[in-house]
Amino acid sequence: MSEATAHDDHHDHKPTGIGRWLFSTNHKDIGTMYLIFALVMLFLGGASAMVLRMELFMPGIQIVDPDTYNNLLTNHALIMVFGMVMPAGAGMANWMIPMMIGAPDMALPRLNNLSFWLLPMAGTMLILSMVISYFPGTGTPVNTGWTLYPPLSVQSGMGMDFLIFTVHILGISSILAAINIVTTIVNMRAPGMTWFKMPLFVWSWLFTGLLLIMIMPVLAGGVTMLLFDRHFGTSFFDAAGGGDPVLFQHLFWFFGHPEVYVLLLPSIGVLGLIIPTFSRKPLFAYKPLVWFMAALTALGMVVWAHHQYTVGMSLDATTYFMIGTILISIPVGMMLMSFIFTMWRGAMTFETPMLFGIAIILMFSFAGVTGVMLAVVPADLQYHDSYFVVAHFHYALIPGSVFGLYAAVFYWLPKWTGNMYNETQGQIFFWWTTLSFNLTFFPQHFSGLAGMPRRIVDYSPQFADFNYLSSVGGMLFGLSHLLFLYIIIKTIKGGEKAPANPWEGSQIGTTGLEWTLPSPPPFHSFNTPPAIK
Amino acid sequence: MTNTESYFIPEPSRWPIISASSVFVLLFGFILMINDVSVGSMILTAGFLMIGYIFFGWFGAVIDENLRGSYGPNVSTSFRQGMFWFITSEVFFFLTFFACLYYFRGIAIPSLSGEGHQPMSNILWDGFQDVWPLVTLPGDTNVVSGTTYTPPKEAMGAGGIPLWNTIILLSSGGTLTWAHWGLKKESKNQLVLGLMMTVALGLIFFGFQAYEYFHAYTAMDLKLTSGIYGSTFYMLTGFHGLHVTIGTIMLIVITIRSMKDHFTEENHFAFEAVAWYWHFVDVVWIGLYFFVYWL
Amino acid sequence: MSKLRQVFNRGLLLIASTLFSLPAFAVREYNLPEPASTITREIYDLHMLTAWVATAIMIIVTGIILYALINFRKSKGYQPDMEFNHTWFGRWSWALVPAIVLGIDFSIAGSATETLGNIESHDPADVTVKVTGSQWKWTYEYMDDDLKIVSNLNKDIPADNDLYLRDVDNRLVLPTNKRVRFLHTATDVLHAWWVPAIAYKKDSIPGYINETWTVIDKEGVYRGQCAENCGTGHAFMPIVVEAVSPAKYDEWMKGQKVAMAAAMAEASSDKIWDQAELMERGEKLYNTSCAACHMPTGAGIPGVFPALKGSPVALGDMSKHIDIILKGVAGTAMASWANQLNDLELAAIITYERNAWGNNTGDSTQPADIKAAR
Ligand code: HEA
Ligand code: HEA
Ligand code: HEC
Ligand code: CUA
Ligand SMILES: [Cu+2]
Repeated sequence: MSEATAHDDHHDHKPTGIGRWLFSTNHKDIGTMYLIFALVMLFLGGASAMVLRMELFMPGIQIVDPDTYNNLLTNHALIMVFGMVMPAGAGMANWMIPMMIGAPDMALPRLNNLSFWLLPMAGTMLILSMVISYFPGTGTPVNTGWTLYPPLSVQSGMGMDFLIFTVHILGISSILAAINIVTTIVNMRAPGMTWFKMPLFVWSWLFTGLLLIMIMPVLAGGVTMLLFDRHFGTSFFDAAGGGDPVLFQHLFWFFGHPEVYVLLLPSIGVLGLIIPTFSRKPLFAYKPLVWFMAALTALGMVVWAHHQYTVGMSLDATTYFMIGTILISIPVGMMLMSFIFTMWRGAMTFETPMLFGIAIILMFSFAGVTGVMLAVVPADLQYHDSYFVVAHFHYALIPGSVFGLYAAVFYWLPKWTGNMYNETQGQIFFWWTTLSFNLTFFPQHFSGLAGMPRRIVDYSPQFADFNYLSSVGGMLFGLSHLLFLYIIIKTIKGGEKAPANPWEGSQIGTTGLEWTLPSPPPFHSFNTPPAIK
Repeated sequence: MTNTESYFIPEPSRWPIISASSVFVLLFGFILMINDVSVGSMILTAGFLMIGYIFFGWFGAVIDENLRGSYGPNVSTSFRQGMFWFITSEVFFFLTFFACLYYFRGIAIPSLSGEGHQPMSNILWDGFQDVWPLVTLPGDTNVVSGTTYTPPKEAMGAGGIPLWNTIILLSSGGTLTWAHWGLKKESKNQLVLGLMMTVALGLIFFGFQAYEYFHAYTAMDLKLTSGIYGSTFYMLTGFHGLHVTIGTIMLIVITIRSMKDHFTEENHFAFEAVAWYWHFVDVVWIGLYFFVYWL
Repeated sequence: MSKLRQVFNRGLLLIASTLFSLPAFAVREYNLPEPASTITREIYDLHMLTAWVATAIMIIVTGIILYALINFRKSKGYQPDMEFNHTWFGRWSWALVPAIVLGIDFSIAGSATETLGNIESHDPADVTVKVTGSQWKWTYEYMDDDLKIVSNLNKDIPADNDLYLRDVDNRLVLPTNKRVRFLHTATDVLHAWWVPAIAYKKDSIPGYINETWTVIDKEGVYRGQCAENCGTGHAFMPIVVEAVSPAKYDEWMKGQKVAMAAAMAEASSDKIWDQAELMERGEKLYNTSCAACHMPTGAGIPGVFPALKGSPVALGDMSKHIDIILKGVAGTAMASWANQLNDLELAAIITYERNAWGNNTGDSTQPADIKAAR
């Protein structure tokens, strides 16, 4: 073995003690911290969702008052999006990308640790934003929803300031992580790892990273203006001074829409590995898939206003945003088509990751077609801000990104821990989540069409039946996560030892460098650049 | 092509977690301060001190490593690319505010004045007219709303200080490039002199800007609270000024490092990073001059 | 694999039991309500079109996947076809599939653009109503008739009644078969006026005015709700529209005008009101206008809405009390009431606040005082 790092004395013995984690510059350790953070946040965000669903179990106000409800709603969304899905994606990027491209570590290891440690700080700030409203004289809790629309957010109390800076810290963290990942992908590939040899997961993170670099600053700018309106007398969002509340919505969604692809793409990347593996057939139309992913990135940047059809834009603008949004069905449709035809004439087996993979294709297509329904402006003037939208985006977010992450966890747990998970338990978890997920969110399409607005703490009995189903489903869905946690802990602690490559088909049609390393991999992945076929 | 053989992986470092904590302390203090909690400003100061400590510590460590020759060409490329993406994100940050300016002038204010695509809005602001710079506010014409904004007496002109500042900043770009030539020629004198001139121009710019703000606040009644003209003016020029300040500090640092012979013709990432940053600040100013002062 | 079977069967059982229990719920509404105006009918048709397209796409996608799942499994000994990716389909799918999708996209977009054009049409209207959202009530101004109606949640309906959170004290009355134009705005934060059967939504934005229109073609009562988060009371600002024939509408309008003239006369008369009269009126008005925030008990919501019970303002200087209510408190939910209530109403509320819930100041104020303070 040659000298791979400047200090070979540190080679394969790891730093020990708590300092290994606090001061880490190792991509796997940082990845692990990201993943654990995400898991904790899943339970926190999920717990708030459980309170929401309990409150909505039947008409009448039972357990939380309206402001607390909306505060929990805001935190639920922010925790799930920024605390759970994004860190989980970043954690997987950290773990897998250097291994996949044959690099010793991330390009900027210290920066990497900084992007992680900013997250707990942001989490603390988020919790403060909630707690502060219990002190007298601090005004209303943050009751705006995650979109933080003014003027309501200008009215809110001190909690909103904490939330604004939460968003700032999260933004810095994401930008730094994105810079690091993009630089790693561009600069750290082993010799011979050409662009079109990269696994799809790496591609998906390249585009995700680019999106983050472009959109997070815009959100930061928007909330900064909000802060100035709140405290320094500016009138950005107040018509009396010549401003416009709608401008904030443009800024938010300029960030917000690409953000949904930030959430989606890493999971699409994961599917691009799992489906070929368990179909034992190379990814269908790999190159076009990459190009269409690039097209999605570009198109995703310019259709943001489909979240604000009701604000009264000009006819031209509305028409433009409508057509742009509908066209997104082309690149996304291409991606799903690739996965479906990878399965076609393959030799499939149905381990847990594959079960998730198939379920994702089906349920995410469904989210996509309801998305296209929402994109149609006249119809959206009816759907907007109703539970139809809530149903659409949970179908997009949970199968589209969360289930992709679950699939990835099952797919990579053997690699990460060196132990196999218990397949039966994995499959029980799959059926339990998938069925209860559908029970939770499918009925919401109907309550939304029937006229139930979102972000309400209490509703009329005419919506009761669907909400009842939805709450029962929600509880079952929540409970299924206890099994998830159990499986993870049990696999970390022990179990059947995993070989270097536990999945028969994992190297079909890709370089699959990560599978050439033992499970679990050594502290520094590739001390010498691996040879690439 | 990439070369992993010589890749450098830093040892575990305490700087990242300290940085994250100090960001937290700083912002926590700031929040308390703007909400009139008395300990706020103390916590804020502590946060600033922590940040300062990190700058010395972390950057110091990086400089040491660099001088010890730990970094191969690959690391240097990573740094460069990292800086490139960072500046890209900054570009989007400024684009946001330019886009806002466009939005107010092209979309929001016309509607309030009875044109544009929501012309009926004018019945709420009877008599309001779209004249930019906005020296009468919609709220002025509406007695009920009890507006808290006071319009400026006059708008900022494009001549005078802003024009001088444009010239100053443009020439600072020139002196910086001249310094770079010096570095390439391995002429230390030209390098240091060029940098010093750049720093001086940066400081003069800063002084002019401070004076301009003072004049605007006292003589022109142009304030943050002057409605959308004041809001956008200060947001754009203020964030630019902040970047000039950071840029000047970085320039001072590399001037000192140049004097200590830290840079060589092939190894001067820090110099380049600062130069890119400074040129970026320069370009933003040209945009500002054009869209904020002139148009 | 028998274990997997077992799990699968249980899953099926769960789905089946849910499906069977569904009819027991006697679900009444699961789609957009039956449209009762020209424009919402057009939207409804568009909605059904896209919904069917969506269904068809889902059937195709599911069909292909099911076929693959059944046929191409390793357990059946199927060998992967490594050449498949290089067949003509493998080489041209990148163009073929997008072309098909593009076709579907354009047909959807085509019919949508047409409807969109109708929505944005600015043909002259017969009746114009300015709809103003405030925390948490709706104010309707008939622009041609100088009539104003304030509509609050009807709080007397118990949670098990179908009209719970769907009924108001004063309805918006509109004529059928006339073109009605709505001007939407708000006084404080964003709201959205939405009555699915007769009117699609546009946001109510403070300082700006959005327009929508409708021609209602059936008499009836139509209900809806605020559809943009407006804070604490967002769930509690329902909308009720009563559509009547133009003849009945005219009659109603006449009646309203007479009543309004009477109220105006009463408010501006020189009559000196005694405390009991003011208290009685004040209680009613307080409960409709102020109790949403300050609570019927005057206790407010700690940390959010100040208590008026025992408040220094309600117990202290009268002119300051009047001033707060006339001007509101900028930057908070406390709006100016100067244009919403007349002098008599304001005098009654203020008197009530100063004497209810143990605020025994004993003083009262007269409409004339309010007029002077304006
Ligand atoms: C992972 C997250 C994710 C993803 C991937 C998407 C994907 C899409 N979304 Fe969704 N969306 C959200 C998350 C997501 N969304 C969230 C969180 C909100 C609400 C935010 C809030 O208000 O709080 C939202 C809201 C939202 C709205 C606003 C609704 C409203 O508030 O009124 C709209 C409107 O256009 C929309 C559209 C779309 C479209 C067109 C896509 C497309 O990308 C979908 C493309 C996919 C397909 C179309 C399926 C596959 C294609 C085929 C099988 C080919 C054939 C198909 C056709 C010809 C149609 N979304
Ligand atoms: C990735 C993002 C993400 C994820 C994963 C989820 C997951 C869930 N969401 Fe979320 N949701 C959003 C993003 C997300 N949501 C967003 C962006 C909004 C819009 C916010 C806004 O309007 O501003 C929203 C809004 C939203 C609403 C709308 C409320 C309203 O408008 O009034 C509802 C209501 O049902 C809901 C429910 C749920 C449920 C039941 C889950 C479940 O999937 C959660 C399951 C997970 C767990 C439950 C955790 C683990 C288990 C335990 C904690 C054990 C204990 C269990 C029990 C006690 C049963 N969400
Ligand atoms: C949308 C909510 C809302 C409604 C409706 C409302 N108020 Fe208020 N009110 C507030 C808030 C918030 C404040 C606190 C303002 C502040 O921070 O100073 C307030 C303050 C006051 C005060 C000053 C109390 C004090 O101790 O400072 C009075 C008096 C008052 N309101 C009277 C009324 C009257 C009378 C009405 C009805 C005609 C009314 N309010 C309706 C929200 C409301
Ligand atoms: Cu008004 Cu929601
Ligand atoms: Cu979107």
